[in-house]
Amino acid sequence: MKPAPSFSLVARVLHWLMAVMILSMLFIGVFMASSLGPGYHRLVSLHRPLGIAILVLALLRLTYRLRHAPPPLPSDLLAVLKLAAKGSHILLYALMVALPLVGWGMLSAGGYPIPLWGNGVLLPPILPHNPAVWSWLRSVHTVLAFTLFGLVLAHIGAALFHGLIRRDGVLESMTGRKTPL
Amino acid sequence: MAAKSRGSSGSALRWLGVAAAPAALALGFLWAGGWLSPHRVTQNRLMGELHDAGSYGHGFRRAHSKGVCVTGRFDASGAAASLSKAAIFHEQSVPVVGRFALGAGQPYVTDNPATVRSMALRFMPADAPEWRAAMNDPPVLPLRDAQDASDFFSSQRIDPATGKPDPARAKAFGAAHPWLQAAAEKNAHRVITSGFADDTYHSLDSFLLVGETGTKTAVRWAMVPVQPVAPADAEAGGRDYLFQRLIADIHDHPLQWHMVLTVAGPQDAINDPSQIWAQDDRTIDAGTLTLNAVESEDGGPCNGLTFDPLILPPGIVASDDPILQLRSGAYMRSFSLRSGEKRGPSAITPAMTQAPAAESEKKS
Ligand code: HEM
Ligand code: HEM
Ligand code: HEM
Repeated sequence: MKPAPSFSLVARVLHWLMAVMILSMLFIGVFMASSLGPGYHRLVSLHRPLGIAILVLALLRLTYRLRHAPPPLPSDLLAVLKLAAKGSHILLYALMVALPLVGWGMLSAGGYPIPLWGNGVLLPPILPHNPAVWSWLRSVHTVLAFTLFGLVLAHIGAALFHGLIRRDGVLESMTGRKTPL
Repeated sequence: MAAKSRGSSGSALRWLGVAAAPAALALGFLWAGGWLSPHRVTQNRLMGELHDAGSYGHGFRRAHSKGVCVTGRFDASGAAASLSKAAIFHEQSVPVVGRFALGAGQPYVTDNPATVRSMALRFMPADAPEWRAAMNDPPVLPLRDAQDASDFFSSQRIDPATGKPDPARAKAFGAAHPWLQAAAEKNAHRVITSGFADDTYHSLDSFLLVGETGTKTAVRWAMVPVQPVAPADAEAGGRDYLFQRLIADIHDHPLQWHMVLTVAGPQDAINDPSQIWAQDDRTIDAGTLTLNAVESEDGGPCNGLTFDPLILPPGIVASDDPILQLRSGAYMRSFSLRSGEKRGPSAITPAMTQAPAAESEKKS
């Protein structure tokens, strides 16, 4: 019995670290954007650096991914499902990069100072001051965040489908438990 | 399909496992966004309440909708330098962009001296992060937290029959919020001055000044006019007369205010803007604001931004006053809504803010 090939340790650590960060960000995001309560400012102040950290990690992760091919999907998986897996992964990567960039860009266009840490360390603006662009990107941030959340739900459903229904070693390739095929 | 081909392994329980995790997350997400808690005071709900209380919208600020831009500078006195490391308390000639406004949510409202007047400022030191401050002229805020604010604005809902808020609702709000009575009475008995130039504007909320060594000092502040104070005229003027007077004043001579900090005494409530502070608190004249130019919002420098009171430089931090949190969230939401809408001209047009001399030059 040959153990199923796994994602490398680096890939797995990045995947799980970022999974926790991104899910936290999605929950912090919807909570704060509806909130007027005592934690509002603290959450926004956490949302910015955490989002920028995701941007940096996503870029590192993409660079790493382009040099290290992932283990192949099971050969008996339907071609459409393979395509769906591939497409959704590309979209997940795209959103991990786009969402923080939109967040940063919208605050730039809104003429906001963008504190990264405390109120002394600021990010430079990446877009010129333009209130109409600010408003548009603020909506784009919501739409992309909700898309990402929907995709993550489908992704988790698919991972559990592999793990519990098909039991084909795909989930284990990411959790790192080497199970016999 | 894949599951069926594997026979017994596709049991209902396993499928439940597959569905449960995403479903639980989705529920949590809905809860976090407030969709499952209709009583939570959310940003959208507050915007709705402002709208129902007569806020005009259509590209204008959801509150303080009628205003003009001003520019000038701030010169620190140095007297607050030991309390805060913020550049503003140390430097001279810090550029300032500001906005005077009426507190109402209607951009074409007729000027009335009894309407709340406001001064908003953006301090932009060359070598340090900026500071934004928005101040009102009543001396104390008869609201304690987000729930109070939501209750208040819903009590101001416009009755379609009269086109005005129902006085019975306003009364019911007062009766249900006895802790706000002292503040409401203080505001009802405030001195109403003749215009924007001789008015005093209050931070209302408390902030903490942070010194070089990390010392924290709770303060409120007021912009106190250098201009002599006159009581409001018995008879009101035309639709824009308060703004016209301000424009004429600035063209005539620079307008000045002292920024007077009030340091919290041991009995003063830091986390509740509805509490009046002791009368014998230490005050510090932190510097002088000089405003020497006025422009319409249309094309002016004060419209494409929001004076979020939590845009603070190093040396000033928010206190645990809950109204500050509410304002920060509400201003961002108002700013994003209005920036995406088609907007008519401001009541105070560029033609109105021109210097009289410039106009006569053009004519000649
Ligand atoms: C992966 C990264 C990010 C995720 C998953 C994320 C997610 C979210 C979500 C779900 C919301 C709430 C949207 C709504 O309900 O309308 C939100 C709002 C927001 N995000 Fe992000 N975001 C990310 C990165 C950033 C970054 C890098 C910044 C800024 C530098 C940022 C700034 C904001 C701001 C200012 C809001 C609006 C808060 C409010 O309306 O009160 N985000 N984000
Ligand atoms: C915010 C949350 C998450 C994000 C953004 C995310 C993102 C990704 C991405 C981009 C990949 C593709 C890796 C590659 O081929 O380069 C991946 C793979 C994978 N993820 Fe996630 N993930 C998240 C959460 C989860 C969770 C909670 C699970 C488990 C329940 C999971 C299980 C897996 C598995 C099993 C794979 C391997 C799929 C394959 O071999 O093609 N992920 N994930
Ligand atoms: C307590 C409930 C309050 C609510 C719901 C509220 C709401 C708002 C909103 C929605 C705006 C428009 C923001 C924009 O679109 O840029 C605004 C502007 C303003 N608020 Fe408040 N506010 C509150 C309290 C206060 C307090 C306590 C002060 C003063 C100390 C204040 C001073 C101002 C000023 C000066 C402006 C106008 C800023 C400008 O000229 O652009 N507000 N407020």
